[in-house]
Amino acid sequence: MFGKKRVAVVGAGLTLFRRNLKETGREMCYEAAKMALDSAGLTLKDIGSVAYGSAPDAFDGIHMKGENMTDSSGAWRKPFSRVYVGGGTGVFTADAGWWHVASGLFDTCLVVAEEKMSSCYPHPAYAFTTIFDPIMDRPHGTTLIWIFSLEMHRYMHVHGIKKEQIALVSVKNKRNALDHPCAQLGAKITVEDVLNSEIMCWPVQRLDISPTSDGAAAVVLASEDVAKKITDNPVWIDGVGWCIDSTYWTNRDLYYPDYVECAARMAYKMASIKNPPKEIDVAEPYDPFDYKELHHMEGLLLCKKGEAPKLTEEGVTQRDGDLPINPSGGLLGVGNPIAAAGLMKVCEIFWQLRGEAGKRQVPGDPRTGVAQAWGDLMQYGSVIVMRR
Amino acid sequence: MCRYLQAKGSPALMYESFIVFPPNNIEFFQKDALEVKDVRDVAIIGVGCTGFKPITPDVSYKELMFEAATRAYEDAGVNPRKDIDAFITCAEDYWEGHSIFDEFVPDQIGAVLRHLFTVSSDGMIGLATAYMLIKTGEFSTVVVEAHSKASDVTTFTDIVQFAFDPIFNRPLGGHPYYMAGLEMTRYLHETENTREHCAQVVVKNKKIALSNPYAAHGAHITIEDVLQSEPYAHPLNRLDISAVADGGIVIVLASENAAKKLTDKPVWIKGIGWNSDTSWPESREWGRAIYAELAADMAYKMASIRNPRKEVDFAEIDDSFSYKELQHLEALKLCKRGEAGKLTEEGETEIDGSLPVNASGGLLGMGHAIEASGLHRVCETVLQLRSEAGKHQIHDAKTGVAQIWRGVPTATGAVTVLSTEVK
Amino acid sequence: MSAKIKKYAGEEVRSADMKEGKVPTVRYRPKARYVWSAGIAMSRFLTELKNGKIIASTCNECGRIMVPPRAFCEQCFKPTDGWTYVKDTGTVNTYSVSFIAGDASRIKEPIIVAVIDIDGASPGMGILHTIQEIDWKKVKFGMKVKAVWKPEKERTGAITDIKYFKPM
Repeated sequence: MFGKKRVAVVGAGLTLFRRNLKETGREMCYEAAKMALDSAGLTLKDIGSVAYGSAPDAFDGIHMKGENMTDSSGAWRKPFSRVYVGGGTGVFTADAGWWHVASGLFDTCLVVAEEKMSSCYPHPAYAFTTIFDPIMDRPHGTTLIWIFSLEMHRYMHVHGIKKEQIALVSVKNKRNALDHPCAQLGAKITVEDVLNSEIMCWPVQRLDISPTSDGAAAVVLASEDVAKKITDNPVWIDGVGWCIDSTYWTNRDLYYPDYVECAARMAYKMASIKNPPKEIDVAEPYDPFDYKELHHMEGLLLCKKGEAPKLTEEGVTQRDGDLPINPSGGLLGVGNPIAAAGLMKVCEIFWQLRGEAGKRQVPGDPRTGVAQAWGDLMQYGSVIVMRR
Repeated sequence: MCRYLQAKGSPALMYESFIVFPPNNIEFFQKDALEVKDVRDVAIIGVGCTGFKPITPDVSYKELMFEAATRAYEDAGVNPRKDIDAFITCAEDYWEGHSIFDEFVPDQIGAVLRHLFTVSSDGMIGLATAYMLIKTGEFSTVVVEAHSKASDVTTFTDIVQFAFDPIFNRPLGGHPYYMAGLEMTRYLHETENTREHCAQVVVKNKKIALSNPYAAHGAHITIEDVLQSEPYAHPLNRLDISAVADGGIVIVLASENAAKKLTDKPVWIKGIGWNSDTSWPESREWGRAIYAELAADMAYKMASIRNPRKEVDFAEIDDSFSYKELQHLEALKLCKRGEAGKLTEEGETEIDGSLPVNASGGLLGMGHAIEASGLHRVCETVLQLRSEAGKHQIHDAKTGVAQIWRGVPTATGAVTVLSTEVK
Repeated sequence: MSAKIKKYAGEEVRSADMKEGKVPTVRYRPKARYVWSAGIAMSRFLTELKNGKIIASTCNECGRIMVPPRAFCEQCFKPTDGWTYVKDTGTVNTYSVSFIAGDASRIKEPIIVAVIDIDGASPGMGILHTIQEIDWKKVKFGMKVKAVWKPEKERTGAITDIKYFKPM
């Protein structure tokens, strides 16, 4: 435990995740923030500060887009800050909310994450070409899928993993997502469907990837004294962690995410977790591609290196297994509005620990949950540990 | 202090606990006040500045950042690979030309496999974030970085335009600084300040910048020069607008315990505040810098400052447009509303006046360093308080205020109160 | 809460509707142009590429030979100490075969992309490039490859002065 001021999540809100939403970025922020406030029984005047997270401005098509979203995130005449760590932003924004309250400066913080990828024409994927180094990578026409497929192939090669094993993750998550009211791609698919889907960039095939989406999510954080007045069932943020690796991704061995382990250790230390597979009841690692769930399970120290496919095959990671992974349906099933997807995972852990996840509820009264997001050029890990 | 596992693995963090009295201008859910107990302060223990120049074609932005970081760590006496608990960079993608800019940051500031993140805002809000991190008790030393490589951006004002709302404002077209022109007109209309007062700010700041080796745009000009320069967005002329400059700054902060071990010249952050007024320009009160008023309230409350004019010795504030220095002085309650022009006219804001303002040359003299501007306000304040400002040193400076605005089209700003005195 | 909430906000529209103007839209194309100073390290690297060579920087403290070269060693956090040429051959660390272009449209001829660890540099010092003159199904991990350069007068000082790598 740390600090005399513990921080709790007391409310959560989510919009639908879809390929195109009519709402503007501002409107989506408002909907998610309002829903989170309503769920906590609070109004805007109870909010002391706002932490906002969103990934590339290139999607919404607004430079300094945080400044455009201040009002709609509840920050009219309030302290507002935007954090941005690529794909890791979703979970990291909750970490940012944590320090607003844990510092003692504010009793409450409204955390909002939003992404409007559909504004980017002809296709949001095009904006991803600008994340690469202009001298070494961009001249080849490098796309985001290339770097994922290079990592996936390396991971498969080092541990001798087959595509059939990895495809199980996509099958599991899309099926889990059928129970999520906001999901974009919930579906009953089979391993054969994945293996027969269109090859994008070998070994990545269409059903291995999460979609581009629009969406927003929000949570309300409160300090211990305030949280206990708002709800009988606060979910405590017991650990936060984040870590970044070198930009020279071609100089690193991509088979293992050191940066996720480093971030996880930071969070586990804060939360006094010594044996992660035993002490963690449910986990939401970031799964923009199916192999990433396995990669991150290992980085989160939930199993040994190379062991994650076996756990998946044995059904350990199903909702009723010993270590449920992505009961929400993850990004593969619910959708991937980058920053909002990460915060969606935090919302999911919040609902799971309170027993409010409805059809997605993992049995057995889970008390400790972990959400994790990944970002940048195979560089960033952000982790949050929540407990009831 | 903090110990690290080599190369991989996370640091062993030190645990410090305390409670801080919350600022009053924000309504709280609970009605009973928190007691003030064991308030631990946060200090700046090192600054590193590369200096600002109009262009820097010989170095890449990475090399610029490396220089600033090396200087800061040398000043603070720390090894970034071992001694720093968190790193913050303040950057926006479109100023850099790379999406997800934090990808390109860790190597040159010593943050590989360490705890770095980006705050997409001005450096001073990054400073506020570092302050909060240390106040949680989980972090002892935090680094904040910001830089400007504006010379790499060949379509700078188009990027400023790109920040305007796409549905309601951008379709109007025009040079984006019309928004500052609108504000200047309203501000001068509502107060007794005059166009000449604004021009005098430019003259003052550019002249004193000649004494600052870090400044990019020092010059000897007259009020007439300013009034005769080409009109950009009436009533703004070219010389009313701060020109951009390249440069990098890194600042190292530490908790009270760590500061006392690492340095004998800490500069304490007595108060810090930041605020965002409405993002809809249509709804703003154009004559007042409300974001600055509210940020200042928050910072002064934290610093227990009740009479700013008396308790603050000097100020380093945002003068990105000439009238902004006057508007911000009033918003910071360093003079009465409408009086900033008179104060300037009477020479009170000169370096030898009763309230030196922008003795560094401000943004007009040093150059607009985009997101690093807030940090160069802070850096100059720190140098003054440490008596290291050289030719532009203010005498008997004990408490200074640094302030920044994020520029057109935002209504976001931050204020920091710094002092050599810990209590 | 999620079990109790009945309605989630969000009105879906179809991409086709947006393109055909059935949904009110505003279009804008930003003018975002940059000329990045390559700086000390990369300027040397690009100049050497024009000469048909790959150059690396060295750090005396950790002993690494680094490609792409840099002015500072990020592990030791100090300026790098020197330059040394490395070979234009390497081994395939990982590879992938792309059937799509940057905007997610399909391309006819697949592109084989790879991270190639450069011989002469420290272990694992790879660069990103493409591989040609081989059927994509035959590429192997650890395969040895060699750079195929553009003719001297066509080189401009860019990573594309190497056209591609081919198997040795």
